[in-house]
Amino acid sequence: MKSLEDLKKMKEETIQAMQLKEQPEPEYRVTVGLGTCGIAAGARAVYNAFVEEVNNRKIKYVTVVGTGCAGICKNEPLVEITGADGITYTYQNLTPEKAKAVTEQHLVQKKPVEAWLLATGRSLL
Amino acid sequence: MGQKEYLKNQQREVLQNCGLINPENIREYIARDGYQAMGRVLTSCQPQDVIEQIKKSGLRGRGGGGFPTGRKWEYAARAVNEDKYIICNGDEGDPGAFMDRSVMEGDPHAVLEGMVIAGYAIGAHRGYIYVRAEYPVAVERMELAIKQARELGLVGKNIFSSGFDFDIEVRLGAGAFVCGEETAMLNSIAGKRGEPRPRPPFPAVAGLFHKPTVINNVETLANVGRIFLKGPEYFAGIGTEKSKGTKVFALAGKINNTGLIEVPMGVTLRSIIFDIGGGIQKGRKFKAVLIGGPSGGCIPEDHLDAPIDYDSLLKLGAMMGSGGLIVMDESDCMVDIAKFFLEFTQDESCGKCTPCRVGTKRMHEILQRITIGEGKEEDISLLKRLAEDIRKSSLCGLGQTAPNPVLSTLRFFEEEYLAHIRDKHCPAGVCSRLVRFEIIPEKCTACSICARICPVEAISGEPKKPPYFIHQGICIKCGACQAKCPFSAIAKI
Ligand SMILES: Cc1cc2nc3c(=O)[nH]c(=O)nc-3n(C[C@H](O)[C@H](O)[C@H](O)COP(=O)(O)O)c2cc1C
Repeated sequence: MKSLEDLKKMKEETIQAMQLKEQPEPEYRVTVGLGTCGIAAGARAVYNAFVEEVNNRKIKYVTVVGTGCAGICKNEPLVEITGADGITYTYQNLTPEKAKAVTEQHLVQKKPVEAWLLATGRSLL
Repeated sequence: MGQKEYLKNQQREVLQNCGLINPENIREYIARDGYQAMGRVLTSCQPQDVIEQIKKSGLRGRGGGGFPTGRKWEYAARAVNEDKYIICNGDEGDPGAFMDRSVMEGDPHAVLEGMVIAGYAIGAHRGYIYVRAEYPVAVERMELAIKQARELGLVGKNIFSSGFDFDIEVRLGAGAFVCGEETAMLNSIAGKRGEPRPRPPFPAVAGLFHKPTVINNVETLANVGRIFLKGPEYFAGIGTEKSKGTKVFALAGKINNTGLIEVPMGVTLRSIIFDIGGGIQKGRKFKAVLIGGPSGGCIPEDHLDAPIDYDSLLKLGAMMGSGGLIVMDESDCMVDIAKFFLEFTQDESCGKCTPCRVGTKRMHEILQRITIGEGKEEDISLLKRLAEDIRKSSLCGLGQTAPNPVLSTLRFFEEEYLAHIRDKHCPAGVCSRLVRFEIIPEKCTACSICARICPVEAISGEPKKPPYFIHQGICIKCGACQAKCPFSAIAKI
């Protein structure tokens, strides 16, 4: 990277790449809190469960990433699922088993699991 | 369902990316305008302008003391030397604090960007991030961030073709509280014993390897990029007259929403604890909040409406510290809390200054005897005298502030000390030697569970003929009977 122009180009490219698309299938971004607080509460296993489940089902429209502490440490493991409509669903206290159920219900059947939600809102990203 | 209810009353500036972006992917930071401030500074600002802008923003150090960052940079910029250094202080040793860890784990590039800008401002070409080895995730993410930034040419040689070189390395600490103190840290990084040394000379003049050095806290540096991105006026528009910007706090203790929050300077503790923190666990009553960790002080209910800024907190005998808030409720004994923190500082004293090494030990012994009912009336004045001596004759901040938890609990909770000393009574029921367990005759059904659970056979009685009886001379006050009694028939007095 040699100049501010290069940086701006990379910014635009990344925003493009991160943009969740509606077509051909609505895309999702699954963000698992992997700060020390999340990891201590078992977030690594939750992260692995999402990755495994998405791979096993050969789902192509979901990206699973880790993130830092969102601040609500007592509700970890915390997982945010953002859809192409820009709405984020924040799940709390997930386990690997619940992660599998969320994959099935939220990501495949498109029905968020209300009982495990902490909040919903516009994506801040 | 709350629309991100938990973010209400907060203002996320430093934490804007934490919990949103993938910290292990530099591109996500760049997508959020990352490294733009650095790019602009390096390609179109003179170092002196950079310092002027930081001064204009009013940024003060977030590591505890609140020293104006612009002035610190200016001193180091004026020092004439080929080699200068930037050190990011990520030691964070105070119990209950995890702000800096979360920033390093959640937004490592913000720290790097701040360091490069600081380096440019003072004319340094090398930076070190000092992190304790007890923070393995933070270490891993910082290392990875440096690697990715280096690959893209955002740290290293000739950044943005500006001719400016700056490289960064992580240095691990072994987890000693005193190594968070800047001069002890300089020794530690240089491979020497982590002991403080006198100032002056200040690190800005003779720091790491005796070269001019700026040491800034993680959160201080994480603010820098944003100040240039949004303008110093934006930053100066947040907060109070003398404390600008936001502050990250770690909420711990008996509070409902333990976690990490960020608020504008100047909000009240009451708003933090009750509006954001959700109040006290189990519906108990608030007693005090300890701010500033082992160097800080406790603030009782009466003063909860004081605005949080550097100066107001000092007036209350506490200090901003790095941002750890430990909330205590009616079931906490303030003498016991003071003892806990003194035990910590006494453990962590490096031993170089006798008043700190021996004085904190003596103070701890006095608190110990007060909590077992052997305190004397003179102990309070003795504690105050010792505190004053230690404060005056210690070289570094560790000793100078070690007596604070004792002094501030004495200031606001002296009657609790006196209850321990005069009445041999612990009002909160914490100090086990000063409490009694007794069976409430009306509630006892003589089920005999307590007698069977008691590890020292201190409880006797006849089955089905209530009440049972606890022999106080034998009882070791372990509380097992109370925990197991199905009829809540055992009281702690
Ligand atoms: C015992 C002791 C421990 C300290 N621990 C830390 C720490 O963990 N992190 C930190 O940033 N500053 C710590 N400080 C303050 C540093 O000495 C220094 O003032 C600070 O890093 C300067 O950065 P700032 O100007 O950005 O606040 C400590 C000071 C003392 C006396």
